[in-house]
Amino acid sequence: MKNSRIIMTLGALLILGLFVFPLWNITLEAPQYPIPLGMDIYIYDFADKNPHDIKNINLMNHYVGMKYIPENIPEFKIFPAVILVMSLLGIILGLKANYKWFLGWFLLMALLAAAGIYDFYLWGHDYGHNLDPKAIMKFTNPDGSVMGFQPPLFGSKDILNFRAHSYPQLGAYFLAFGMVLSAVAFFVGRRASKSKT
Amino acid sequence: MKKQLNIMLSLIFLVGLVSCNNSDASKKNKGALGTNAAEKVYVAPGEYDEYYAFISGGFSGQLSVYGLPSGRLFKVIPVFSQDAEKAWGYNEETKPMLNTSHGFVPWDDSHHPDISQTNGVVDGRWVFINGNNTPRIAKIDLTTFETTEIIEVPNSAGNHSSSFVTENTEYVVAGTRFSIPVPQRDMPINEYKGNFKGALSFISVDPEDGGMDIKFQLLMPGFDYDLSHPGRGKSHGWFFFTTYNTEEANTLLEVNASQNDKDFIAAVNWKIIEEYVNNGGGTKMPANYAHNVYDEETHTATSTMKKEVLVVDPLKVPGAVYFLPTPKSPHGCDVDPSGEYIVGNGKLSANLTIHSFTKMLDAIENKKFDGEAYGIPILKFEDVLAGVVEQPGLGPLHTEFDGKGNAYTTFFISSEVVKWKLGTWEVVDRQPCYYSVGHLMIPGGNSREPFGDYVLAMNKITKDRYLPTGPEVTQSAQLYDIRGDKMELLLDFPTIGEPHYAAGIKADIIMKNSKKIYKLEENKHKYAITTEAGAKVVRNGNEVHIYMSMIRSHFNPDNIEGVKVGDKVYFHVTNLEQDYDVPHGISIIGANTSELLIMPGQTETFVWEPKQVGVWPFYCTDFCSALHQEMQGYVRVSPASSSIELSWSLGED
Repeated sequence: MKNSRIIMTLGALLILGLFVFPLWNITLEAPQYPIPLGMDIYIYDFADKNPHDIKNINLMNHYVGMKYIPENIPEFKIFPAVILVMSLLGIILGLKANYKWFLGWFLLMALLAAAGIYDFYLWGHDYGHNLDPKAIMKFTNPDGSVMGFQPPLFGSKDILNFRAHSYPQLGAYFLAFGMVLSAVAFFVGRRASKSKT
Repeated sequence: MKKQLNIMLSLIFLVGLVSCNNSDASKKNKGALGTNAAEKVYVAPGEYDEYYAFISGGFSGQLSVYGLPSGRLFKVIPVFSQDAEKAWGYNEETKPMLNTSHGFVPWDDSHHPDISQTNGVVDGRWVFINGNNTPRIAKIDLTTFETTEIIEVPNSAGNHSSSFVTENTEYVVAGTRFSIPVPQRDMPINEYKGNFKGALSFISVDPEDGGMDIKFQLLMPGFDYDLSHPGRGKSHGWFFFTTYNTEEANTLLEVNASQNDKDFIAAVNWKIIEEYVNNGGGTKMPANYAHNVYDEETHTATSTMKKEVLVVDPLKVPGAVYFLPTPKSPHGCDVDPSGEYIVGNGKLSANLTIHSFTKMLDAIENKKFDGEAYGIPILKFEDVLAGVVEQPGLGPLHTEFDGKGNAYTTFFISSEVVKWKLGTWEVVDRQPCYYSVGHLMIPGGNSREPFGDYVLAMNKITKDRYLPTGPEVTQSAQLYDIRGDKMELLLDFPTIGEPHYAAGIKADIIMKNSKKIYKLEENKHKYAITTEAGAKVVRNGNEVHIYMSMIRSHFNPDNIEGVKVGDKVYFHVTNLEQDYDVPHGISIIGANTSELLIMPGQTETFVWEPKQVGVWPFYCTDFCSALHQEMQGYVRVSPASSSIELSWSLGED
């Protein structure tokens, strides 16, 4: 039981890496940008990859009627709180609770992560599709519908003259590894409790 | 054993190095050397380029002369901006060239050079170029490569759809980008709509001496007239102008002038208007604009204020103007060598729109109208449309033609040149630009017979393309070989200011006419001396006029006494040389103006107002000869109260 408790506690601590490293990154490449424009997404902030990247992304995007990337969104308060609470909960569970709770923590964390990704998708969709009707440049898809400029949730995609890349960063790996550890802790704990009986 | 291992290791290391070198070399081979691009732009020392390229300096206000295909810079011709190097706008002779109705304007934003034509082909007599900011058209004489005439354009603002010439240089045309109240008056800005006017000016060009005169101004609705080109061949007699801001917005134009699905290309039948005007049509309107002419014999410019301009209301001349609907704020307005196709480069549109001149005439004849704007008939889009190039790129700006049935269009946003076929409208090739290309130029492109060997793309942004020079980096031009099926990038080179647009021509058409010297016997400058015997100094009140000569390697006179503090001293300096490429320069310590750089046979003048007593040296500023360093002299400046008489000398002890 001791090993599983260490692993669970470690896993719960690891997700705090999200406070240090970015969760996600979106990068835009174009001929005029030999150094691409990039935005790091932290759970508490949108940050420039290189100085002033977000300002320059906003400047590009205003031509097609996209809103400015907000300085602050409610998620920046909710996400850190959730991660803090989950980490604390994980540590308490790791130190005190039955190993079965470890799986519970894993499932809850997975649910929250999925909700987070879905939320991010919704934001991306709104950002890419909720365009100013007086946009300077309006593009249509081959089928005649209004062209959207949503960055991909995961992967790479051509958007007009830009190639957009959207990939997880170190913070996301910390979260994933922390979750994996909680699952491992569950199995280790179960084996330990089985071998006892 | 250990030693053997060491040798083995160093062998492996060596092999590694060698193979690295190999891969480097093979990379290079795939570049310039592999494709012979270097060979194609290499003009051996002492040999000549095949083409002249006259590249606008944009916000530098000047016009630079390059050779193609080498991309070598030969000269920067001062046009609209003062140039201390050449004393343009600093010396007494050329100051009047920069005179306007707003006084002396030392700068402008030069845009679109265009070479004069005879029978629809470039003849290499003059280059015309427009100043955008304080509307002016300049003429550069291609025997001297000097600006010899500048005419201000009244009732105009943002002189952008300029300065394009008709097939026989009957007119150089200047359209206003910004509409304004005509005549100017004090009124609320937000009453723009319906009240402002856009003037399209047709400036006649004298076939003998190139003298410019505003024949008439067409007062059009208050749109923005962006670019223009003449009809040619079958469409000779027409002129086409793109418009944007047909919304007539007066604020936040980036949004408010981008709302209409279609703006217009205005088709103007200038032949009909010319006839109307010749028969007494039009209204003489009070105006005030400068006409500045540089005389090659007096080496002096004069500025005349003109007080009247003939304006024409397009509604009073039936059949004079029609609107061709064209999608999304078209920028470039380009006519193919046959005169049949008019390309509207809709900069906010995904497609390129091409109108047919034949269909336009038919639509006019059969009255296929789709309403009117301010009384001017709008032709039905479908009935004038020749074709559409579907989704060729993003942000089309300008199109030129190679005379072999191909068109080349620049795309600002996707930063590329796209080659497509006239008639089938299919895209056949595309090449990237580094970066954000504006205009492109094919030598002879704005004529019936383009030369079609090269296209020069002019880029606004270079970022990482050259060694960095702080926040401000050069703009550039990129040369592509277009003789094959595919375009091939040969060269990119830095440019002067903003390479806004260019005009190119075969070198042999121009070079044979290029002057080597000004003949002394033709020098009619008021203060010229054609021999050293004429050297003298004359006082007229507190003005002192020095009639000075310069020849290798002395000034005459070179010792001058009797000048006093408070005098206004005019150095009228004649270069007595009659040999090719022996200019001399001159300046004196503390002169509040530029040097003079005087060509053989020429006279120029600068003013010096000495403020301190002393003996002050002047010297030759252009390394002219073996004894250039000895080419110097002194002026003695005495107190204002001094009674020393004027005296001057050379070679007296």
